[in-house]
Amino acid sequence: MSYFLTEEQEMLKDLCAQIAREKILPVRAELDESGEFPWEVVKVMAASDIYGVYIPEEYGGFGGGVLEMCIATEELSKVCGGIALAFAASALGAYPILLFASDEQKKKYLPPIASGETLAAFALTEANAGSDAGAIETRAELDGDAYVLNGTKQWITNGGEAGIYTVVARTSKGTGIRGISILIVEDGTPGFTYGKKEDKMGIRASATRELIFQDCRVPKENLLGREGMGFLIAMRTFDKSRPGVAAQAVGIAQGAFDEAVKFARAREQFGQPVASFQGLQFMLADMAIDIEAARSLVYSVARLIDSGAKDIGKVSAMAKVFASDVAMRVTTDAVQVMGGSGYMKEYPVEKMMRDAKITQIYEGTNQIQRSIIASAVIKESAAKEKKEK
Amino acid sequence: MNIVVLIKQVPDTTEVRIDPATNTLVREGVPSIVNPFDTYAIEEALRIREAAGEGVVTVMSMGPPQVESSLREAIALGVDEAVLLSDRAFAGSDTWSTSYTLAAGIRKLGVPDVVLTGKQAIDGDTAQVGPGVAQFLDVPQVTYVKKLEIADGKARAERMMEDGHDVLSVLLPAVFTVVKDINEPRLPSLRGKMKAKKAAITVWGRDDLEVDDAELGLDGSPTRVLRVFVPEPRAGGTIIEGDVDEIVDALAPELVSILKGEASSVEA
Repeated sequence: MSYFLTEEQEMLKDLCAQIAREKILPVRAELDESGEFPWEVVKVMAASDIYGVYIPEEYGGFGGGVLEMCIATEELSKVCGGIALAFAASALGAYPILLFASDEQKKKYLPPIASGETLAAFALTEANAGSDAGAIETRAELDGDAYVLNGTKQWITNGGEAGIYTVVARTSKGTGIRGISILIVEDGTPGFTYGKKEDKMGIRASATRELIFQDCRVPKENLLGREGMGFLIAMRTFDKSRPGVAAQAVGIAQGAFDEAVKFARAREQFGQPVASFQGLQFMLADMAIDIEAARSLVYSVARLIDSGAKDIGKVSAMAKVFASDVAMRVTTDAVQVMGGSGYMKEYPVEKMMRDAKITQIYEGTNQIQRSIIASAVIKESAAKEKKEK
Repeated sequence: MNIVVLIKQVPDTTEVRIDPATNTLVREGVPSIVNPFDTYAIEEALRIREAAGEGVVTVMSMGPPQVESSLREAIALGVDEAVLLSDRAFAGSDTWSTSYTLAAGIRKLGVPDVVLTGKQAIDGDTAQVGPGVAQFLDVPQVTYVKKLEIADGKARAERMMEDGHDVLSVLLPAVFTVVKDINEPRLPSLRGKMKAKKAAITVWGRDDLEVDDAELGLDGSPTRVLRVFVPEPRAGGTIIEGDVDEIVDALAPELVSILKGEASSVEA
């Protein structure tokens, strides 16, 4: 199916597919097993200019938008949803800077992210704050020319590997979600160390780690926007990054589906390929419908965001929920289609099934997404009624 | 530091099919790629240029107009210029005429410091064009190069041999054909691909080159392909298992029959 991509977008897609085929495929099983970070692949992606696709040209990027970020993430995820995160999670870390930093901050931090010389990471989650961002306990107290950061972030993607962190912390003024701000913190800042590295079910080639701040002095000029804007920045960031998670989910689903179809054509039982049985055919058809619908939604939402549309929270959440639920269904069915073989590590679909699960959980659980969607539709209805009166 | 890389567009398969009626390669339905060995030559050229900090890498090929896509792939990897030698007069060239024509193209460009190409093409497997070009240019050549160092107008080349490697020092300009051990080719970049899309490819025909018609194309080719055939597959060997005595017992009669010149089920 044609998605009316421009020639440049097709070029990006082809290049990412080549990287996935030639550089990711040979190492995905090994890195899934070891949990080692894919630095070799990062270097290749950096040399191929992939890290700059969604960053404006004036900051060393290619001037693309969310759609370009999604195309790259999807292609990489078709082969490995974990290694793809070495790209996609850097975009998540970079979006707060892209959206809210001063020109000076952008000039300093975006070019190394665009070139892939440095990875970025976004640090929100804590032991007692995830879905409830207002419960953040990490504190940033202004002391002269610096904020003094204290607290622990957990489950931070690219943690320990990234060089630039956008960290959500409670500043002195305000309470609840109004009291939080975002600081740019560089790796190596005194008082900033890394804690536990998680042993995960899936996306094992991605680093998920604790960040520990102990009297860590962050220059005052590293504040993004103004104090108290942290929640707004985080929400706007997620509006842009959630289609990326959705694209990762579409990629994982497509990768598993392709394996399942190939297997079903080759595997013979009762003297014929199992793909000739209607029971399997209907499963494959449903998987194909799901993937096509998910991709269409993700690309439409990405294009809407890139057009500069406002109030994108609802549709961005819709793309994330739909695509991630599709990924979970399709990968589970891919294992089913392949039977015993699908369950074995010799084939990649069991890994894809494990990788798919996280897309329903992170960057806002699918339950939180549904809350966002529901509250938006209720507000829209009320506004419409008011207008009609 | 100016470098010319000679590349060939080949069908993307190692199992080349031959049309038994015409004795030519069947190209229909087979996608074209840059000869894999030539991609190592491109990479080496880029590395030499990067190490020198200056210079121009030009990629050159002889063939029909569709070879342009392979030249664009080379530009996407970082090559500066591309030249295609294309003319009906070049059609049907064997390795002699191809070497002659490529050498004429290089001379028109200005003989560079280094000429690089793959050790052979995966379709014809002759390994003759690199050495042929060196002869026509009358410059030194080193084949099967697995390591190349360039300094002070000279090259130190390690040539892969079956029993080790030779180390040769040659004066530049020179032609080098490379093996896969020499490097690991890079992938293209997005910037490179965009540049490749817009890049102008220089096309030179017969009239652009100083050449003698008698040396060109089919008429200028001393080789005549009389027949191309798929060799009979070799019969598989026999594995004799067991302890030493059992193996000797099984093997001895076979060896005797081989020595007597009788047919045997064991591959000699």
